[in-house]
Amino acid sequence: MSAPDLSGLKGQPLPQRPAFQRFLGSTAVSIAIYVAVMALIIYGSFTGAQNMGYNWQWHRVPQFLYSFTEDGFELGEIVYGLFATIQLSATAFALATVLGLLVALLRLSGLVMGTAVSIGFLELIRNIPLLVLLYLFYYVLGPIFGFDRYWASILTLAVFHSALISEIFRAGINAVPKGQWEAAKSIGMSTGQTYRYIILPQSVRFMLPPMTGEAVHLIKSSAIVSVIAVAELTTIGRNIISDTFMSFEIWFTVAAVYMVVTLILSVGVSYLERRYAVDQ
Amino acid sequence: MTGASAPIIEVANLDKFYGDFHALKDVNLTVHQGEKMVICGPSGSGKSTLIRCFNGLEWHNSGRLVIDGVEVHEQSKDMRRLRQEVGMVFQQFNLFPHLTVLENLMIGPMKVRRQGRAQAEATARKYLDRVHIPEQADKYPAQLSGGQQQRVAIARSLCMETRIMLFDEPTSALDPEMINEVLDVMVELAQSGMTMVVVTHEMGFARKVADTMVFMEAGEIVEVSPPDTFFTNPSSERCRLFLDQILEH
Ligand SMILES: Nc1ncnc2c1ncn2[C@@H]1O[C@H](COP(=O)(O)OP(=O)(O)O)[C@@H](O)[C@H]1O
Ligand SMILES: [Mg+2]
Repeated sequence: MSAPDLSGLKGQPLPQRPAFQRFLGSTAVSIAIYVAVMALIIYGSFTGAQNMGYNWQWHRVPQFLYSFTEDGFELGEIVYGLFATIQLSATAFALATVLGLLVALLRLSGLVMGTAVSIGFLELIRNIPLLVLLYLFYYVLGPIFGFDRYWASILTLAVFHSALISEIFRAGINAVPKGQWEAAKSIGMSTGQTYRYIILPQSVRFMLPPMTGEAVHLIKSSAIVSVIAVAELTTIGRNIISDTFMSFEIWFTVAAVYMVVTLILSVGVSYLERRYAVDQ
Repeated sequence: MTGASAPIIEVANLDKFYGDFHALKDVNLTVHQGEKMVICGPSGSGKSTLIRCFNGLEWHNSGRLVIDGVEVHEQSKDMRRLRQEVGMVFQQFNLFPHLTVLENLMIGPMKVRRQGRAQAEATARKYLDRVHIPEQADKYPAQLSGGQQQRVAIARSLCMETRIMLFDEPTSALDPEMINEVLDVMVELAQSGMTMVVVTHEMGFARKVADTMVFMEAGEIVEVSPPDTFFTNPSSERCRLFLDQILEH
């Protein structure tokens, strides 16, 4: 793929940042600062908990991740919660992507109606809090159209994130030079063919980073469906706590599990991106 | 040129506006089958706008434009079929950067003409030979020089088995040492009998292949004449001045 034209940007060397900023910006110092801050937070919360007389029981946590029984190795509740979260998020993300693409294409269609409908949709979604949207889907639309809490959750997440994803698509599509449209038209391609074979394949490169961000965002916001008791990671965390009263340990664990998943996702996609960039 | 052959592009009283700006003013022109027409004129005179009307990248506001018997206008149902007959080569090549050279040539025949892969590939290789770069088939456009990219772009149009080829300043974006390899391909194409409308300031090329020279200025056609008259004795003063200017270099 041709690199963006940066020829006009050559010339001036970048001014050096002040020495102090460069020192703060170096990798080693960043890591040191990060470790120090994390240590402080952990130390603070542990001593704080100690002073509250909190009874730490970390040894009881692993059973919720995995266990060895007479049947052999078994995964714990939290891991099943994670699977549920991933399944929920993946379904919602797939729906959000389809819906987002449709809204973006409608917006770019050049039809007055299409633009009006898509802008109306975006403004509506953007101005309703996610929690209220969830209640709308669960308490109002659910009974009307007959879907359960699981689908209410999926639809809420899909609709909410489709608004943001449609903007990513729009930006990605607009980033493809106009000449590509003209070339495709001049060999007789229809608008649909041009999108499918020429424009969208090129937009992927522009969309991959923000789409990853959006996927991470969706996984995190999926925790909200615990308020309508859909069985997923956060709900299961809450259930375990109500059985065991280990709120500190379990919330730390649940937070760590979310972090591990979203970090793996980010790292995986940046690897893909590099592969993809080298390919062309 | 041959007054005998049939007209393939007919332009009558064509007007084109960009908002309030009058980009084409009462343009009248006829291109015959097999004719080579070279259009020149100062920047902003409407050359691109005119030939972009010929394949529906722009739409005229009034007047008539008939190509290969098809009336061209925005609502025309025949536009997609017509675009398959009319190829366009752009100043900036506009190759598809995510496809290899071979795929660039095959995608039109396969998706638009619905040819099978084998047939499309055979056609692609044939035209890649014609533009003298058969060895570049599996590279991506970004790996080619400008001259090679423009030759691929010409081949891409030819793969659609076009009957008319439009060129919009095909050598203006090229380094000087690559201009001739593209012009040579265009000369060969001209000799094969293709109908060509070429916007260019390469007057050496024009002298070699043009049947008709057209000079445009400020959205108007100022002069239409055969090359010998055009270069030695143009009827308009503005055309003479323009030629003096570009031939000095
Ligand atoms: N899309 C457009 N919108 C508004 N004005 C345009 C557009 N395209 C071209 N023009 C104007 O029309 C005139 C003719 O342009 P063009 O046909 O590109 O000239 P040429 O190819 O002869 O240099 C120019 O003044 C240009 O600024
Ligand atoms: Mg031009």
